[in-house]
Amino acid sequence: MVGRSLRQIVWARLRRDKVAMLCLFIVTFMYAVAIFGPFIGGFFGLDPYKLDTATISDLGGRPVLPNGGISPQHPLGVEWGTGRDIFAQLIFGLRISLVIATSATFITVVLGTVIGIVAGYTGGLTDTLMGRLMDLILAFPFLLIILALSGVLTQRLTNLGVPEGNPSRILYLILVFSVFGWPYLARIVRGQVLSLREREFVEAAVAMGARRRRILFSEILPNLWAPILVYATLTLPAYIGLEAAVSFLGVGVLPPETTFGAMLANSVNYMNVVPTYLFIPGTVLVVLVVSFNLFGDAVRDALDPKAIH
Amino acid sequence: MAAYLVRRVLLMISLLLILSVAVFLLFNMLPGDPARLTCGKSCTEAVIEQNRQRLGYDDPPLTQYVKFMSGIFTGRVFSPESPEPIVCAAPCLGYSFNRHEQVLSLIVRAAPVTFWLAIGAFIIWIAVGVSLGIFAALRRGRWPDRLVLGVSLIGYSLPSFFFGLLLMFFVVIQWQWLPYPSYVSPFEDPVGFLQTMILPWIVLAILYAAFYMRLTRNQVLEVFNDDFVRTARAKGLPERTVVVKHALRAGLTPIVTAAGLDLAGLLGGAIISENIFNLPGLGALSVESITNSDLPLITGITLLTASLIIVANFIVDLLYAVVDPRVRLV
Repeated sequence: MVGRSLRQIVWARLRRDKVAMLCLFIVTFMYAVAIFGPFIGGFFGLDPYKLDTATISDLGGRPVLPNGGISPQHPLGVEWGTGRDIFAQLIFGLRISLVIATSATFITVVLGTVIGIVAGYTGGLTDTLMGRLMDLILAFPFLLIILALSGVLTQRLTNLGVPEGNPSRILYLILVFSVFGWPYLARIVRGQVLSLREREFVEAAVAMGARRRRILFSEILPNLWAPILVYATLTLPAYIGLEAAVSFLGVGVLPPETTFGAMLANSVNYMNVVPTYLFIPGTVLVVLVVSFNLFGDAVRDALDPKAIH
Repeated sequence: MAAYLVRRVLLMISLLLILSVAVFLLFNMLPGDPARLTCGKSCTEAVIEQNRQRLGYDDPPLTQYVKFMSGIFTGRVFSPESPEPIVCAAPCLGYSFNRHEQVLSLIVRAAPVTFWLAIGAFIIWIAVGVSLGIFAALRRGRWPDRLVLGVSLIGYSLPSFFFGLLLMFFVVIQWQWLPYPSYVSPFEDPVGFLQTMILPWIVLAILYAAFYMRLTRNQVLEVFNDDFVRTARAKGLPERTVVVKHALRAGLTPIVTAAGLDLAGLLGGAIISENIFNLPGLGALSVESITNSDLPLITGITLLTASLIIVANFIVDLLYAVVDPRVRLV
């Protein structure tokens, strides 16, 4: 009988879960497409910026072929008015969506964990102030704030030296998601720390004269990986959806770049004539988010098989 | 109880005050000239300067804040020296120079739409979410439970704007079961009202119901493990009484909390649903105000929406004691 680490146990449980493995495959595949797709696609002439006016009519720019101009050259059709390839746009859009969601999740998790640990362990006034700050942030209608501040704060990022246009807009979304997202995790972490700090191993560390930073991040933090991991796997898909929603409302990357939300927002204008504009990015978006959520659920089950959920 | 109430009220008031400062700072102290935004593109320096004085944007920030806050309680008058002063009676949330109307009256006009949207969706999602959640919990691990969990997962994975657009496409455009949505008051045209609201209700309700199914199911299952439920069973109470009177009552507390906060959040405007279904509610008003850079209006709506949540937080805490007999307010 060989002892197994928690990681090995969790991985062994996940391996047995067929749905989780399928979802992990889809998610990994999507990341691979987002990272390598644009390079590989380039060899096959995949270019989301190339205007192909031969595929659209001269009047009004409607795709000539049915279903949004689906053809061997353009397997998912072409964009209304420009003839740009939808398949290429999807791959490049996936990259931007995943960059935003992944970075925002990372920052959210770091902020939430650090603030949650510090508030929970320190207690007293620090804890109270942090708690009120969280209440305040959670009270803000964040969708409204994201829309309202986008113009001004994007400009401010540009002034700070971030390249103008889409880089500034993308960075703005990452930052604003993180600022409004961390309190949820911080609350969970704080609750766990409140009980962890009374445990013997923390007492032992204190008695040995360990420094505060060591106690917080070497003694307590390793016990928090399970809730943090679960939170991260469920936040990422939420951010993918959120990014799509805000770009649907007009805050987000500008053409010629695109994301799922931007493509869906664009589809509204043509959906009674070309419904594929709605279905194609929508389906990919749903598959991506569902896979992430199912995988997150499976990770939670694997980490804590006795829990009720 | 009285001491708790006083403390809780004081906390709420201090949070509301901090909130007002935060909202005010956020919108009014950001770079950009609010006075320039008050009139369109064809604007002369003289008009901008005049508006700046009329709106009080030439005052130092603290004065502006005090004027804004006192306006809420005592009302205020814009540009008192000019021949046509604008009187804004208490509670004055500001004046939109963009629309030449008081912020409050704009909000009051949009509020009923959002109110009906939120209430209708709320009733559906609570009814569907809680009952399916209980249903699943009572059949834990069997296929009805899995079905409910699966539906719930898809429900909250489906981005609401995509689902809304799908409904729009099929029900309105493709099959033409419903006319193109355009809001009418339920008192003028009940049928038209229902025809307009049914789709946005479904979209919002599905999103929230998915979450409530899980929450209810987990809550009920958790409570089933508690000692007092075992005691109730041991006493020989009928299973029905155990479930309804003991388990559900205790298990519902977090659901009441979540429901209160979600309803309050929704009452502040459902930006996406209002956008897709062409409803002139608070969400649509706030998006318009952002598009027009109408600062007083944005500030007013944000302040109102966030206050709703803080007040709801307070009410929910009080409801705790009513719903859950184990909670004592001290």
